[in-house]
Amino acid sequence: MKILVCVKQVPDMESSFRVNAAGDWLDERDLAFRMNEYDEFAVEQAIRLKEQEGGAPDVTVLSIGPARVVEAIKKALAMGADRGVHIQDDRAHEKDPWQIASAIAAFARDKAFDFVFTGFQSQDRGSAQVGALVAEMLDYACATTLVSFDWDGTSVTADRELEQGILGRVRFRPPAVVTCQLNLNTPRYPTLPNIMKARQKELLAFPVGDLLKESPMSSTGKLYPPEKKSHGRILEGEVGALADQLVAILKSETGVLH
Amino acid sequence: MKALLICEFQDGKLLEGYRELLGFAESLGVEASLLVIGNEAILPPFAGRIYLADSAKYNEFDPDAHKRLALAVVDKERPDVIALLHTSYGWDLAPRLAAGLKAALISEVVGLVEGGYEVTACNAKLRRSVLPQTETAVVTLQAGAFPAAGPGSGSPQVERIELPEAAPARIEFLGYIPAEKKDVDLTRAEVIVSAGRGLGKKENVGLVEALAKAFKGEVAATRPVVHAGWLSDSHLVGITGQTVAPKLYVACGISGATQHQVGMRKSAFIVAINKDRDAPIGELADVLVVADVLQFLPALTARLAKP
Ligand SMILES: Cc1cc2nc3c(=O)[nH]c(=O)nc-3n(C[C@H](O)[C@H](O)[C@H](O)COP(=O)(O)OP(=O)(O)OC[C@H]3O[C@@H](n4cnc5c(N)ncnc54)[C@H](O)[C@@H]3O)c2cc1C
Ligand SMILES: Nc1ncnc2c1ncn2[C@@H]1O[C@H](COP(=O)(O)O)[C@@H](O)[C@H]1O
Repeated sequence: MKILVCVKQVPDMESSFRVNAAGDWLDERDLAFRMNEYDEFAVEQAIRLKEQEGGAPDVTVLSIGPARVVEAIKKALAMGADRGVHIQDDRAHEKDPWQIASAIAAFARDKAFDFVFTGFQSQDRGSAQVGALVAEMLDYACATTLVSFDWDGTSVTADRELEQGILGRVRFRPPAVVTCQLNLNTPRYPTLPNIMKARQKELLAFPVGDLLKESPMSSTGKLYPPEKKSHGRILEGEVGALADQLVAILKSETGVLH
Repeated sequence: MKALLICEFQDGKLLEGYRELLGFAESLGVEASLLVIGNEAILPPFAGRIYLADSAKYNEFDPDAHKRLALAVVDKERPDVIALLHTSYGWDLAPRLAAGLKAALISEVVGLVEGGYEVTACNAKLRRSVLPQTETAVVTLQAGAFPAAGPGSGSPQVERIELPEAAPARIEFLGYIPAEKKDVDLTRAEVIVSAGRGLGKKENVGLVEALAKAFKGEVAATRPVVHAGWLSDSHLVGITGQTVAPKLYVACGISGATQHQVGMRKSAFIVAINKDRDAPIGELADVLVVADVLQFLPALTARLAKP
């Protein structure tokens, strides 16, 4: 069995973001980067599948982006992936999901992966497109937003997260692309020995131009902070005084304090 | 300009969200037709064309078949924009359609801009304008972003669609699993105090519980709080949890992601406590208290205990 996992490196969402001079992406100075949260579940599921199959499957982890994304690849290797592939692209932020998916599909096309794991969405873009687009390009089955994954040796039975706590149960066979929702599993922490071992693992690199021949379907106009629509009051100060102010407001404007 | 709006059937019911799709078409000022893969007995009142496929035959969830049905309709209708809701059905089908059409896909649209669409970025902290480079665009709309159109009237011109030949479903749909029974019913509470990741750790959830008690209210939570096991699933508010509309909603250390907002924005009065003055929850709050929850919550609870 051959497995591919796609991971994206994204800025820490706790950051305060500034827009770059061109006005079309983030000013990356002062930002800390980490593996896209959803992708940690994708890596974990791939490793669990490998373990379930007695370690036989071969797990490749791929990331497209500038040099810094190697950190995300190394984390996946330390979690248990066998080989890293860095598709080098200093301008990855200018690529649309179609192009990112095209590059992944071009890499995967002749490699006969049985499963491709991706995150449900990237936290910075939130497009939720790349996984399903890769599936279409490779003509694979695709199951999205999975919160469970049960492989019986022939097919996968899995639950998709719908709305309001409802799940939709599906069954499919490989070759398939799977997009992982948070809470699909509990991602492991890489242990120190595994981090050391990961250093010995194969790490391939290709310039994105070797794989990507497609032009974008959409482009970013501008990136900007939301219009401040706040119609409310902002209270600041010492907590005791704040509590007094808030209670006074609640007494006069809501029916909940008598 | 023409829009094709793809409606959603779940468990034999037409989902109300189709009215937001109509609201989107109204905002764009374009003529709309609908694709319904469902049941002809419950078509929406609508004075336009409805393309109808039978979900008894094509299932409510069969992405490959639904893609082929939608492509067949696009071929007849030649719409400029194809809209779905950004739901588990919509985000699943939209990329397949976009790939089939070689068209731009713009996900989770929250508004319109000159020549394109507005989407959110970085957990709703930023907005991005996205411009399609193709003649046809596929879009998915964030829940609540466009006003739902009125109930509508008139009877549609119905055109039935069929696929020439059946293909086996690569994703076999086995059925719905209902939401677990809730041990708390938040929908009846007058006051809800809600815990977010900003509480830092499980031990601090007690501060929220104490405040809820002082208000004689209930405790709710965001998804990270539920995932971390600080509170059980039944406390979850938002798109995957409960939708609430209490007299007072107190959001404690909650950023205000849209998936959470969808579940609580109809609350009569919203108080947010956040150390970040720019947190998106501020857009919604009647009062934003800029403070550390760990200090402010005990102070407020103590103040309420005073006669
Ligand atoms: C398909 C899908 C469905 C989802 N469904 C839901 C859903 O139903 N419900 C839901 O809630 N989420 C849902 N989410 C997740 C949602 O996108 C957000 O990730 C989540 O709501 C964020 O929770 P939070 O506000 O608690 O955490 P964060 O976004 O991490 O925000 C924490 C906030 O606390 C503040 N803070 C930190 N420390 C302090 C302090 N000491 N004092 C005061 N403030 C502090 C920070 O400034 C920040 O604003 C869904 C996501 C997806 C993709
Ligand atoms: N630059 C990238 N490199 C590798 N994988 C990616 C990249 N961008 C997106 N992906 C994968 O596609 C998923 C969905 O991303 P998106 O469509 O951008 O929301 C992510 O969770 C990743 O698994």
